[in-house]
Amino acid sequence: MQLVLEKRAERSNTIALVSPLIAIGLTIVTMIILFAILGKNPLLALHAYFVAPLTDGYSLQEIAVKATPLVMIAIGLSLCYLANAWNIGAEGQFLIGAVAGSWIAVKTQGTDAGAWVLPAMLVLAAAAGALYALIPAICKVKFGASEILTSLMLVYVADLFLDYLVRGPWRDPHGFNFPTTAEFDPVATVPLLIEGGRLHLGSIIALLVVAAAAILLGRTIKGFEIRVVGAAPRAARFGGFNANQLIILTFAVSGALAGLAGIIEVAGPVGHLQPGISPGYGFTAIIVAFLGRLNPLGILIAGLFLALTFIGGEQAQIAMKIPLDVTKVFQGILLFYVLACDSLILYRFKLVFPNRQVARGTG
Amino acid sequence: MELVEAIILAVLAASTPLLIAATGELVTERSGVLNLGVEGMMIVGAACGFAGAWLTGSILIGALFGIVAGTLMSLVFALMALGLAVNQVATGLALTILGIGLSGLIGAGFVGERITPAVHLYIPGLTDMPLIGRVLFGEDGFVYFSIALIIGVWWFLYRTRAGLILRACGDNHVSAHALGYPVLRIRTFSVMFGGACAGLAGAYLPLAYTPFFIPGMTAGRGWIALALVVFASWRPGRLVVGAYLFGAVTILQLHAQGWGVGIPSQFMSALPYLATVIVLVLLSRARTGGSTAPAALGTVFVPDR
Repeated sequence: MQLVLEKRAERSNTIALVSPLIAIGLTIVTMIILFAILGKNPLLALHAYFVAPLTDGYSLQEIAVKATPLVMIAIGLSLCYLANAWNIGAEGQFLIGAVAGSWIAVKTQGTDAGAWVLPAMLVLAAAAGALYALIPAICKVKFGASEILTSLMLVYVADLFLDYLVRGPWRDPHGFNFPTTAEFDPVATVPLLIEGGRLHLGSIIALLVVAAAAILLGRTIKGFEIRVVGAAPRAARFGGFNANQLIILTFAVSGALAGLAGIIEVAGPVGHLQPGISPGYGFTAIIVAFLGRLNPLGILIAGLFLALTFIGGEQAQIAMKIPLDVTKVFQGILLFYVLACDSLILYRFKLVFPNRQVARGTG
Repeated sequence: MELVEAIILAVLAASTPLLIAATGELVTERSGVLNLGVEGMMIVGAACGFAGAWLTGSILIGALFGIVAGTLMSLVFALMALGLAVNQVATGLALTILGIGLSGLIGAGFVGERITPAVHLYIPGLTDMPLIGRVLFGEDGFVYFSIALIIGVWWFLYRTRAGLILRACGDNHVSAHALGYPVLRIRTFSVMFGGACAGLAGAYLPLAYTPFFIPGMTAGRGWIALALVVFASWRPGRLVVGAYLFGAVTILQLHAQGWGVGIPSQFMSALPYLATVIVLVLLSRARTGGSTAPAALGTVFVPDR
C-alpha cells in the first residue's frame, strides 16, 4: 500500500476554508491521546484548555493581551512568507524592540518628562526592530547568505544583549539584585483600556495593524507584488517586480511590527524590562501566521486561538498539574496538521495498492 | 603545555556534537532535502538519550535511545515533506517547535538527576604521552565514532554507486526519477540518517559533554550544524574543518571569560552565533560565481507515476 499525491486541476477553495478547522480537530484528537498517556482525564483537560478560559472576564482579557503580540508579529511574518522571504528571527526583533524602547523609559525615569515618552518609545522600538531585521535581509540580498540561518542566529544575540543590559548598566539599584530594570514611570506605560483591568491600548494597535495589512494586501499594487513574487517568481520577473526590494521591505515591516510588539509587551503587561519577557512569541507567531493562512483576518482569529492555548495551558497546569510543555507540544502538532491539511488544497491523497495498479496499468 | 592539551580536548568535545549533526544533515541535503528541524531532533535526542542512560545505567543504550528518537522525529518530517509534499522550510520549523516541547515533557522528570558520563579511552603508555596522548588516545567513544562517521560518509558519497545515485537525486530529481531510481525512498532514507545523527549528537550532550540534562541544552547547536553544512559547501572534508573551527570559537570564548577579560560574558557568549552570521556572509559572497548547493535542494518532488 502506498500513499500517492495527485495534483488537482485547480486549487480547492472549499478545502482552503475548512483545512484549518480539520487541523484543529485532528490536533484535539491527538491531544486526547497525549492526555490519556500522561494519566490525566482528557475531557477535564480539554475543558481546562479550551472552555474554562472563556468563562470569566479576567481570562478573556488575558487572552486578548496574549494575542496582541502574536497577531502583530504574525502579520509581519505573513508578508515575508507571502513574498517567499523566510524571517524566522522575529523573537530577536521583538527583544531588540523591547530593549530600544526601554532605553527611553530607563533614561527618563524619575524626570518630569511629559507625554512624549510613550510615543517616542513606540517609534524607536519599531525602528530598532526594523533595523535588526534588515541585517539578515541585506545579507541575503547583497551576499546571498541564507536569511533563515542568519535571522535565527540573531535571536540568540538579542537575548544575550538584553540579559547583559538588565544584569549590568540598567539594573534596578533597589531591585535586590534581581536582573530587571526599575518599574517604568506612568508616562512610559501603555495605558489600560478598562480601569483595573488587563486590556491595554496595544490590542487596539494590533487591530489597526490587521486592518492596514488587509488593505495593503487586498487593495494596493505593493500587496499584489508581494503575493505574485511569492506565488509565481517567474511571472513576477517578467512583470518587472523587484524580488530583492520586496525581501528588504517585508523584512523591515515585519521587524518593525515585532519590535513594536516587544515594547508594547514590556511597557504594558510586564511593566519593566527583564529576561524572559517572551514565552517564545516570535516562534509561536510562525504558527499563527500559517494557521491564519497568511491572511490578516485569519491571523487575528488564529492569534486569539493560540493565546487561548497559552492561558488554557496555565490554567491546566494550576488545576490539573499538566506540564506547561504540553502547550508547546500542542502548538507544534497543530502546525504539522495545518501544513498537512494545506497540502490537500493542491493535491488529492490516494492510497494505491501496487499489485492492483500493475493489473490496471499506469493511470 | 597542560593548558594547550586541555584546550584541545575541550575543543574536540565541543565540536563533536556539531560534527555528528552536520554530517547527518549533509547527507540529507545531498539527497535534495532541506530539513531545518535539526535543533528539534537534537533536543529530543538529548532528552531521550539521558532518559535511556539514567534508566538502564548504560551510556550505549542512552546513545541508542537518542538515535531512535532522532530517527522517529525525522520520519515525521519525511511523512510531511516527502509524503505529503509540504513546504520543507515550514515543516522543519514545525519539527523544531514540536521537538522543544517534547523534550521538555520527556526530560521534566530527569532535571537535576546525574549520571556517570561516558568513559574515556585509556591505553597505558599511549594515553600517558605528553600533549598528544590524551588528545589521540584518551577521548570518549563519541569522538572516535564521529570521525569514523564522516570518513564513512565521504566514502559512501564519492566512492560508491549508491552515493552517486543519492547525489543525483539531490541535483536533479526529475532525471533520477526518469532513470528509474526511487527518489522519494532514497530521500526518506537520507532524512532518517540525518535524524539518527541529530539524535545521537543531541544525546552526546547529556551523556558525555555534561552528565545531566537541562531543558534547551542544545542552545542553537542544531542551527549551527545547519550553517556548517553551508560553510562546508556540502563537502565532508570541509565539514570537519568547519566543525572544529566552531568548537574552537566556543571554547575560546569560555576560556576568555575565565581569564577575566574585561568584556561582559554575554558578549563572549554571543560570539559563536555572530561568527555563524559572519561566516555565512563571507562564504556566500565568495561563491557568487555559481552555487555549490545541490541543485534540487529544498524543492518539492511529486512523481507523476
